[in-house]
Amino acid sequence: MTRNRSISVVAGLVALTTLTQCFTNRKNEGEKLYVANCQSCHMEDGSGLRGLIPPLAKADYLQLHREELPCLIRHGISGEIVVNGQEYNKEMPGLERLQLDDVTNLLNYIQTNFGNDNQRYTMTEVEELLESCPAH
Amino acid sequence: MINRNKLSLRRLLFAASLTLTAGMFYSCSESAAEEAKLPILGNREPVERVVEGQTVVDTLYHQIPDFAFVNQDSQQVTQETFAGKLYVTDFFFTTCPTICPKMKSQMLRVYEQYKDNPNVLLLSHSIDPTHDTVAVLKDYAARLNVTSDKWHFVTGEKDSIYDIATKYMVTAMEDEQEAGGFVHSGAFVLVDENRHVRGVYDGTKPEEVDRLINDIPVLLKEQNDQK
Ligand code: HEC
Repeated sequence: MTRNRSISVVAGLVALTTLTQCFTNRKNEGEKLYVANCQSCHMEDGSGLRGLIPPLAKADYLQLHREELPCLIRHGISGEIVVNGQEYNKEMPGLERLQLDDVTNLLNYIQTNFGNDNQRYTMTEVEELLESCPAH
Repeated sequence: MINRNKLSLRRLLFAASLTLTAGMFYSCSESAAEEAKLPILGNREPVERVVEGQTVVDTLYHQIPDFAFVNQDSQQVTQETFAGKLYVTDFFFTTCPTICPKMKSQMLRVYEQYKDNPNVLLLSHSIDPTHDTVAVLKDYAARLNVTSDKWHFVTGEKDSIYDIATKYMVTAMEDEQEAGGFVHSGAFVLVDENRHVRGVYDGTKPEEVDRLINDIPVLLKEQNDQK
């Protein structure tokens, strides 16, 4: 009885650590992708560049256009957009080589950092959204 | 246990106060050194000259040659634009995906700090002058919300721009291998009223730009003292 219990405790602990590790790794993954691919333009703190590159920090765009973001990251964006009341019009290159899990990690990273506390994405959701990207 | 904690806290405080005092001495001597003078950078040549029968040796410092470019308002920008002033210059292009946004956000700090001082000007050269026409530069500067009497964005003959870059001791060239198609350094170069280079700073590093922001008053004071 006691033996059984201790086994289940151990098993539970193992499961818990793998799970949390998984989560923390995920988070690091998103951060790494951000540093490698986005930081040069959107800056370490997600503040962007005045008038030229929109901020990610506390950006209304992330919530208003949540469903378009997977395609935006994969295929880039150009033309006039408005972020936090300010107009921007410059080209952002796409990252076609990013895999589904990368896009998901990256999006969850920007949605939950830089002072953002927005809804996360599941992989299935991102997959569906990527399937219906507008022609580019 | 409690006693021990107290003891180590006291030690910690002692150590902290030591560091503080040391820091004070250090920063004092450092600011004294800064008071002195900024170095003149680049090659120097001794030149002999005869004054009243005596040979004296002057040092000829590296100097930025004459130049003529066109800014975001289609105005000519030459060495005369900066006569009697100091300026900070860099090389970039508007579509650069790598270090330029960082450089520009750091140059904005310099702009904001000295925007009301008419003796400090900024000069950004495009190293992609074919793409970065006057109209493109005008749009870029307008979006950054900076004024052209303070911050000149210039375009011109490609060879002249690459040539003057070497005079500022900055790397700039075309390279298809590089993201965006150009290699260039992120240097900010501080130039005095005699067209001597007085400082080179990495414009992608906030702490280097802090150093530049602190060096500017030192140079302003020197130029003022000479008047
Ligand atoms: C070359 C510079 C550059 C890079 C690199 C870059 N972006 Fe952008 N980004 C921009 C620009 C410019 C816009 C505005 C586009 C427009 O005006 O149409 C933008 C817009 C956005 C927007 C929508 C507006 C906002 O700020 O909320 C998001 C989200 C975004 N980028 C995320 C990313 C992510 C994530 C990465 C990394 C995978 C990235 N960007 C890499 C320049 C860049």
